[in-house]
Amino acid sequence: MIEVRTLSKSYGAERAVDAISFEVAQGEIIGFLGPNGAGKTTTMKVITGYLPPTEGTALVNGLNVSEHPLEIREQIGYLPESTPLYSDMVTWDYLAFVAAMRGIPKERHNDRIVEMARACGLREVLAKRIDTLSKGYRQRVGLAQAMIHDPPILILDEPTSGLDPNQIVEIRELIRSIGHHKTVVLSTHILPEVQVSCDRVIIINQGRIVADGSPDELQSSLSGEERIEISVRASEEDVSRVLSDWDAAHMIDRTIDTSGELQFTLAAERDIRADLFRLAVAHGWTLTGLTRKQSSLEDVFRQLTTS
Amino acid sequence: MHETWTLTQRELRAYFDGPAAYVVLSVFLAITGWFFGNALFLQNVASLRSVFSIAPFVFLFFVPALTMASFAEERRSGTLELLLTLPVRDWQVIAGKLLSVTILLSLAIALTLIYTLTVSILGDLDLGATIGGYLGLFLLGLTYASIGLWASSLTRNQIVAFILGFAIVFVLFLLDKVTDFVPSWLGVILQYLGADYHFQNLLRGVIDTRDVLYYLSMTAFAFFLTTYTLARRPE
Repeated sequence: MIEVRTLSKSYGAERAVDAISFEVAQGEIIGFLGPNGAGKTTTMKVITGYLPPTEGTALVNGLNVSEHPLEIREQIGYLPESTPLYSDMVTWDYLAFVAAMRGIPKERHNDRIVEMARACGLREVLAKRIDTLSKGYRQRVGLAQAMIHDPPILILDEPTSGLDPNQIVEIRELIRSIGHHKTVVLSTHILPEVQVSCDRVIIINQGRIVADGSPDELQSSLSGEERIEISVRASEEDVSRVLSDWDAAHMIDRTIDTSGELQFTLAAERDIRADLFRLAVAHGWTLTGLTRKQSSLEDVFRQLTTS
Repeated sequence: MHETWTLTQRELRAYFDGPAAYVVLSVFLAITGWFFGNALFLQNVASLRSVFSIAPFVFLFFVPALTMASFAEERRSGTLELLLTLPVRDWQVIAGKLLSVTILLSLAIALTLIYTLTVSILGDLDLGATIGGYLGLFLLGLTYASIGLWASSLTRNQIVAFILGFAIVFVLFLLDKVTDFVPSWLGVILQYLGADYHFQNLLRGVIDTRDVLYYLSMTAFAFFLTTYTLARRPE
C-alpha cells in the first residue's frame, strides 16, 4: 500500500531523513516512534506529497508521490501535527468546505458530515465555531476532515499530543475502530500508545530506522541479561554478602522499603528464580517476592535511541 | 475549476464573517465620497476626476491589507499544509485567493457607481473616460492583489506581509514619477513599468491594449512568483 524506498530529505545542510525504507501493507496500523526531531513528521510530509523528497521515492498504491500528487492525495487522509484548522469557521461549514475541495458531490455532503460526526463524536459541536472548541474536539474535527472522503490510507501526525488522559483513550479507541478497515500510519513519542494502537512499530532516530517489528517482537529482541527482583526479610549484611559472592548473578540495585523489607535487583544470563529460591531457603531468609522483569518497549526505545 | 471557486467562496466568507470586508468597503466609500462631495458641493463640479485620482492611492494601502493574511496566516497556523495536501494544484489555491480579493475590490469599485449616477444626472458624463477609469481601477486592483498575495506567501507574519506588499506596489506606483531624475532611456523603461502611468492612459478614455496587457502581465508575473514560493514549501 505504501512503499518507501531509500528516502532522504534534507533541509539545507541538515539531513532530517536519511535513506529510510519500509513498506506498509493494506489494513496495517503502523506506529512511527522516535524522539522529537527524529524525522517522523518529515517522512509523513513526503508520503502525503507535501514535501518533495531530496532522494529516493515514496510510492502509494504503486504510484510515485512526486509524479502523481493529486491521485495520491485522493487516497490519503492527513492530520498534520498540532491539528491546524480554520478556526474562524463553524465545524459543519469547515467539513463541508473540505468535502467540496475533495470533490465529493454536493448532495452527499450532509450524509458524509453526519457520518463523520457520528464516527468522531462531533454531534454537539457541529454548529460551534472551531476556535471555541476544546483541544479534544479540535482533534476530532481534524480526524473527521481527514476521513470525510473515506480514504483507504490515514496519516496522523501525533494524533493524541496535548490531550488529557480521557481524551487520549477516546482518540485511541477511535483510531482502533477506524483501523479495522484502513491503513493507518500514526506518529507518536508516547510509548504506551503504540502498544495499545499499533500492529507494527517503526522506531526512527536521527533520520534512520533503528527498529521495525510488532511491539512483542521488539520487546523480545532486546537481548542480553534478564532482570530479577527479589524481596526478602533478613539481615541486610547477610543477604548483601551472599548475593555479591554469588556467581550466577550480579547485583544491580538494592533498596530497603519502609517496612524494612530488602529489595534487590539482579541481572543474570539465564532464569535463576529456582536457584534464588533454594539460596533463600539455605540461608533461612523469608522470601516475600520474586519477579522476572520483562524488558518493556520503553527499554527497547531507550536502548535504541540513546547512544 | 470547481475547487478554485470553493476556495474563493471560503475566502469571501472569511472576509465577510469578520470586520475586514465591511471596514474596507465603507472606508473606501467614505474617502472617495469625501473627495467627490468636496468637488461637488464646494467647487460645484460634478466630475469623477476626483474619485479616479484618489482611488489608486487608497488601493496602495487597502489591497495589501486585504491580502496580507492570505498566505502568511495560513503558514503561521499550519492550515497551508492542509490546503496544499488536498487534491488541488497550488495554482488553483492561489487563483482562488486572487479571485476572492478581486471580487471584493470589484464590489468596492461598483459602490462608486453612485457617484457616476450623480454625475450623469447633474452634469456631463464623459463615457469614454469613465469606462477607462473603471477598467483601470479594476486592473490596478487585480495587479496589486496579485503582488500582495506574493508578499503574503513570503512570510508567516501578517504585518511583514503588509509592509512588503505596500512597499512593492508603492515603488511600482512611483516609477513613472522619477523619470526626470534618470537618463532618458531609463526613463522610458521606468515609465512603462509604472503602474500609475498606464492608469492615467486609460483615464484619457482611450483603451489601449498595451495598457491592459501591462496590468495582465504584471498580475501573471506576481502569480508566477507566488507559485514558485509555494512550490518551495515554506515552513
